[in-house]
Amino acid sequence: MRHSDFKTALTDHAAKLFLGVLFGAVIIVALLNLLVPADSALHVSSYTVTLLGKYLCYALLALALDLVWGYCGILSLGHGAFFALGGYAMGMYLMRQIGDRGVYGNPELPDFMVFLNWDQLPWYWHGFDHFGFALLMVGLVPGVLAFVFGWLAFRSRVTGVYLSIITQALTYALMLAFFRNELGFGGNNGLTDFKDILGFSLQADGTRVALLLASALALGGAFVLCRWITGTRLGRTVMAVRDAESRARFLGYRTEHYKLWVFTLSAVLAGIAGALYVPQVGIINPGEFSPLNSIELVVWVAVGGRATLYGAVIGAILVNYGKTVFTGVMPEAWLFALGGLFVAVTVFLPQGLVGLAKNLARKKKTEKDEEAHHEPA
Amino acid sequence: MQRVLLIVLLWLGATGVAGAQAPTDDPAAADPPSVSDALADLKSRDFDIKGAAIETIARSGHERAEALLQALLDRGLVHDRAHDRIALGEQADGGWALTDPLTGDSLGQVDARAARPVIINNRLREQIRNLQAVAALSNPDSGRRRQAVQRLIGSADPTVIQALRERQAKEDNTAVADAIDTALSIAVLRDPDSDLHARLAAIDAVAGSLEPAVKNVLRDRATQTDAAAERNAAEKALKAIDARTARYETADTIFFGLSLGSVLLLAAIGLAITFGVMGVINMAHGELIMLGAYTTYVVQQIFPQGHEWSLLIAIPAAFLVSALVGIVIERCVIRFLYGRPLETLLATFGVSLILQQAVRLIFSPLNRSVVTPDWMSGALQINPVFSLTYNRLYIIFFALAVFLTLLTVLKKTRLGLQVRAVSQNRITARAMGIRSERVNALTFGLGSGIAGIAGVALAQLTNVGPNLGQAYIIDSFMVVVFGGVGNLWGTLTAAFGLGIANKFIEPLAGAVLAKIMVLVFIILFIQRKPRGLFPQRGRAAEDS
Repeated sequence: MRHSDFKTALTDHAAKLFLGVLFGAVIIVALLNLLVPADSALHVSSYTVTLLGKYLCYALLALALDLVWGYCGILSLGHGAFFALGGYAMGMYLMRQIGDRGVYGNPELPDFMVFLNWDQLPWYWHGFDHFGFALLMVGLVPGVLAFVFGWLAFRSRVTGVYLSIITQALTYALMLAFFRNELGFGGNNGLTDFKDILGFSLQADGTRVALLLASALALGGAFVLCRWITGTRLGRTVMAVRDAESRARFLGYRTEHYKLWVFTLSAVLAGIAGALYVPQVGIINPGEFSPLNSIELVVWVAVGGRATLYGAVIGAILVNYGKTVFTGVMPEAWLFALGGLFVAVTVFLPQGLVGLAKNLARKKKTEKDEEAHHEPA
Repeated sequence: MQRVLLIVLLWLGATGVAGAQAPTDDPAAADPPSVSDALADLKSRDFDIKGAAIETIARSGHERAEALLQALLDRGLVHDRAHDRIALGEQADGGWALTDPLTGDSLGQVDARAARPVIINNRLREQIRNLQAVAALSNPDSGRRRQAVQRLIGSADPTVIQALRERQAKEDNTAVADAIDTALSIAVLRDPDSDLHARLAAIDAVAGSLEPAVKNVLRDRATQTDAAAERNAAEKALKAIDARTARYETADTIFFGLSLGSVLLLAAIGLAITFGVMGVINMAHGELIMLGAYTTYVVQQIFPQGHEWSLLIAIPAAFLVSALVGIVIERCVIRFLYGRPLETLLATFGVSLILQQAVRLIFSPLNRSVVTPDWMSGALQINPVFSLTYNRLYIIFFALAVFLTLLTVLKKTRLGLQVRAVSQNRITARAMGIRSERVNALTFGLGSGIAGIAGVALAQLTNVGPNLGQAYIIDSFMVVVFGGVGNLWGTLTAAFGLGIANKFIEPLAGAVLAKIMVLVFIILFIQRKPRGLFPQRGRAAEDS
C-alpha cells in the first residue's frame, strides 16, 4: 500500500532510482560537454546535448499522456496540440527577443508580419516580451483549452472512442488554423530564427546545457508530482473512474470533476514540455499539431507501458532514439518499423516493456517458489 | 476541318446540307474570279485588306469558301513564294505539300522555307469565327444553331444582325428562337439610333435572360440613358436577373455540397460498417481507399488504350484488392483485439503507416494521375450561370448506388443478417450457430472493399498519392460519429449535411476556415448528443 504523502513520492525506491538515473545521466553529459576538450574521445557534442534535451521533452509529454491515459483511461489523440500551444507561447517570447536583428530589421514586428505587410502587432502578441508572462501563458493556454474542452466533453459524458476522435479533431482543427497566415503565428513556416533566451545566445553550449538541465528538472519534478498525485485519495478515485466509471459515479463521486482535473493538469505538463522543446530545436510550426504526432506519442506510452509513469518515459526515449538511428541509417524503413511497433505492442505487449519485465520477473519468482515448494514435497 | 460549315448556303438563303454538297445551281455563286482575287489579297501585309478578302471569300458562295476560311484559322493556307501564289499547305516530310485552293489539285511538294502560312491577327480570327457562326445558323442540328447564336450574342455587326433576323423568321426550335431574340434585343439596346419604345420592348424581352452580355448591356443602359422610363426598366430587369442568378448560384452550391457529400459518403460508409457494426476503429481505412485509387491507376496502366472502359474493371478490382487486404488485417491483427476499441485504433494506425510506406516504395512518393474517361469530362450546361460537371454528377449517383447496394446486402442477405446478429450480441449469435469468426472477417472485408471502391471514385477527382487516405480519414470519422455509430442512414444524412454546410460556409469564410468551423461544430455537437444524430438504441448501445 502506497502512502499518499509527498515525501514518500520523492523517496520511495522507484522514485529514487528514476531520479538518480535521470539526473546522473544529465549531469554526466553536461560535464562531458562543458569540461572535456572537443578533441577528446569522451567529449559529448552539443548536438547530443540538444538531442538528449529533446528526448527529455518528449518524455515529459509522454508522462503527461500517461497520467490521463494510464491512470484515468482517457485516450487523448490531441495531446500534441497542448504541447504545440506551449511551444508557440515560448516561440512568441523568443520571437520578441529577436528585436531588430531579423532579416527586415524591424524593431517592432517579427519578420513574417513585415512580410505580410502588417503595420502593428496583433493584440495577442502583447506581453510576450516578458519571460514571466510567456511562462504564464505556457501553462495557461493549454490549461484553459483543456479545461473548456474537458468541461464540455466530460459533463456530457463523451467517453472512450468518441472522446479520442474529437480530441483528434481538435488538434486537426488547430493545425488547419495555425497553417493560416491570417492567424498571426507565421503560417506554414511557424516561428523560427530565434536568437537568444533571457539574454543568453541559444547557440552557446552553456545555454544548451542549461536547457537540458531545465528539461531534466521539469521531467523530474513532473514525475514526482504525478507519483504523488496517483498516490493520493484523488489519484485513487481517478483510477476507480478508469476501471469502472459508472460504479464510481453511483458511489457518489463526481467523476467528471476528477477527469477534468487530471486532463487539465496533463495539458499543462504537455505545454511545459512544448515550451522546453522549442528553444532546443529552434523552430515551432503547425506540423506539431498534426494528428500523426499525437498518435505517435500514444505509441511511446504504449511501448513503455501504461500507468507506471517511468514506463512512459522509457518508451518515449527508446522510440525516439530508434527514430534518430533509423532515419539516419535507412530513412525509408522508419515508417515500417514504427508501424510494426504499433501492431506488435498492441497485440503482443499490451502492458508494454515494463509489463514484460514485470511478467518475466514474476515468472522467475513463481518458478523459484514452485521449486521451493516442490522440494519438501 | 470537320467543323467547317456552309457559309455559302446561308447567304443564298438555302437550307443547310452536309459540307461536301456544293450549291452549283445558283448562278450568283459561281464567281471564281472574285475568290482568286481575294486569295491574292491575302498576300498583303495589311490586315484591313486581308479582312476585306476574308469577307469576299465568305460571301463568294464558292464551294470551297468555308474550307479556305478554316484553313486560314488553322494556319493551313500558305503563301508559296516561288510561284507567288496562295495555296493550301500541309506540313509533310519537313516541307509543305501544296494543293490548289480552288480545285483541290495537288501542286507538289516545296521546301519548308519556300512557303509561309498566311498570318492573321485576333481581329481577323474573330471575324472568321463570326462568319462561321453565321453560317452555322442554318445547320440542321439545333444544338449547333444554338451554339452559333450564343457566339453571336453581343455582336453589333449589321450583317450578323441581318442573318439573325433572317434565321428568326424560320426558326422552329424554341431554345434557339429565344437565344436569337436575346441577341436581337441586345443589338437594339446597343444601337444608338433605336427609338425608346423599341428599347423598352427589348428590355422587356431580355428581362429573364442570364447571359452575361444581357447584364452588361442593361447596366450600360441604366447608366447612360436619358429616359427615366428606360432607366427604371433596365434597373428592374437587372434586379430580376440578379435574383435569378442568386437562385442558380444557391443551386450550384447545393450541387457542389452534394458532390462533396457523396465523396464523404463513399469514404465513410466502409468505416460505418467496420466502426459502426463491428466496433473496430480502423485507422487504416484511409489507406484502403488509397489502395483502391492505386488499383485504378494500375488497371489503366495494364490497358493503356482502354480509358473509356477500364473503370468498369477497376471497380471490382479495387473492391477485391482492398477487401483482401482488409481480411488479412482482420485475421492477423484485429481478431486479437475485439472488445478493445482503443487498441484496434493503435494497431490499425500502425498498419496504415506500413501500407503508406509500402506504396511509397512501390509507386514512388510522387503523385500519379488517372486519366478521366471522356464520358466523365465536360458539363451539363443548364444555363449560362449553372452547369453540372459530369464527373461530380456521376459520383453522386455512384455513391448513392453503393449506399443502396450495401443497405440491401445488410438487410436482405444471409450474410447481412449474420453481421447484424453478431454486432448486436456476439455470444448469443454464436450460440445460434453463427460462425462469428468468419462473419467478422467477411464484414471487415466488405467494409474494406467499399473503401477500395471509394478510392476508384476519388482517383477521378484528385491525384493518386501515398497521402490520399490520410486526407480523408478524419473527415470520415467525423461523418460516422456525427451520423450516429451503427446507423447507415445517419451516415448518409451526415455526409450530405456536412458536405452542403461546408460548401455554403466556404464562400463566406474560405475553404480552410470552413473546414475548421465544421470540425468545431462537430466537436460541440458531440457534447450535446454524444451518440450522434441517430443514436443506436437497445442493449448493444449500452455496452460501451
